[in-house]
Amino acid sequence: MSFGVMLIDLAEGMVTSVEIFLLTLLFALPLGLAVAVGRMSKNRIVSAVIKFYIAIMRGTPLMLQLIVVYFSPYYIFGFDLTGFRFPAIIIAFSINYAAYFAEIYRSGIEAVPRSQNEAAEVLGYSRSQTFFRIIMPQVVKIILPSITNETITLVKDTSLAFVLAQAEMFTIAKQIAAKDASVGPLMVAGVFYFVFNFIVAFVMDRIEKKLDYY
Amino acid sequence: MGKESILEIKNIRKSFKDHEVLKNVSLNVDRGEVVSIIGPSGSGKSTILRCATLLERMDGGTLKYKGDIAASDESGTMVYADRNELKRIRRCFGLVFQSFNLFPHYTVLKNIVEPVVLSGQCDADEAKERAMGLLERLGLEEKAEAYPGKLSGGQKQRVSIARALAMKPEILFFDEPTSALDPELTGEVLKVIKSLAAEHMTMVIVTHEMKFAREVSDRVIFLENGEIHSQGTSEELFASDNERLNAFIGKLEQR
Repeated sequence: MSFGVMLIDLAEGMVTSVEIFLLTLLFALPLGLAVAVGRMSKNRIVSAVIKFYIAIMRGTPLMLQLIVVYFSPYYIFGFDLTGFRFPAIIIAFSINYAAYFAEIYRSGIEAVPRSQNEAAEVLGYSRSQTFFRIIMPQVVKIILPSITNETITLVKDTSLAFVLAQAEMFTIAKQIAAKDASVGPLMVAGVFYFVFNFIVAFVMDRIEKKLDYY
Repeated sequence: MGKESILEIKNIRKSFKDHEVLKNVSLNVDRGEVVSIIGPSGSGKSTILRCATLLERMDGGTLKYKGDIAASDESGTMVYADRNELKRIRRCFGLVFQSFNLFPHYTVLKNIVEPVVLSGQCDADEAKERAMGLLERLGLEEKAEAYPGKLSGGQKQRVSIARALAMKPEILFFDEPTSALDPELTGEVLKVIKSLAAEHMTMVIVTHEMKFAREVSDRVIFLENGEIHSQGTSEELFASDNERLNAFIGKLEQR
């Protein structure tokens, strides 16, 4: 296979990788916030259930979770999910990353002094006004470096979708490598991931600087 | 002219776990009165303010603002008014914290304007005008667009006073407003509070500044071990021959 054709094939795979990346962020970031709020709930049952969910998500391999999300509906309920491979991947990635993001949100929320809540309460802010106007903007600034870390890990984790034979970049690179008996495609894939992360780090750095106004 | 009661606290009790911080403390404040609360650390001074501003739930007693019941145990159990009533009652008072508690991600101006706008008292333009008027009065108009992190402690505390005043409270509480400031910056904050007293703003001030308490207060309360040890006009209290009181005041004045 010529180098040009290989690049085009890998680039197509990269589009899928970027899709997995963006959709996971889109779902996991807000879901993580909801999970964090549940984790800090005064209701013991809610917080215990959420704690258990976080423990499972962090304590088992994402690769295993991908397989479970895709195949278990068939083995347990007889639903054939063939054709729903991509949605299954997005679901597995989202619920896994939401667990990690939740713990990051929680650390940020707990880092904002309680006195900020009290000041807002005395000034007549409602609970939701306090959370979204006073607490969250401060949380975002605190947690951004941790979010950047997690986001960079996500770029590389998209390669795990190969386990469900999703045609993302890593899967394609491996196929070409096997066919041509060459490590070239894998090296090129490595460069792609590196550049992807370089861009992610650059964007996050810009956001961090922008939030550095106080 | 009859006296109008703004704050009425009757027999409040408050414990943290086994420790009884307040034992049957009562306090009435009429419109225009300035009351200082003095006493050693741990005597319950701040807890009175935290109960009065609804930041802490009391275990027993009655709390009324302008005759409206915020909390009462007259039925035998401690009952707080419903959420809407408490929201209305919160408009009566303002609180200035020891540690300022400005919102660090807002400019000085937004710190003052947003609570006013959210309370629905007036629109953004009018709130801004009100805020700028207060900042000018406190000598901070140039800091309107600055973030709190760029201000000195004294400036932060003045902004926090402006923020409380912008809500037009009927009564303003101060919880050790100068304890986080060095002596040089203390003066500028005390000056502001004195000017408010001259305008007959109703205030309750928890403080360790004896000279200031003496000058500014209509009434001084000495609190010890969760109880009112003695109270009176500042002349009465500072001229008292009570041994314990003199020991406390003397110690602080020597500083």
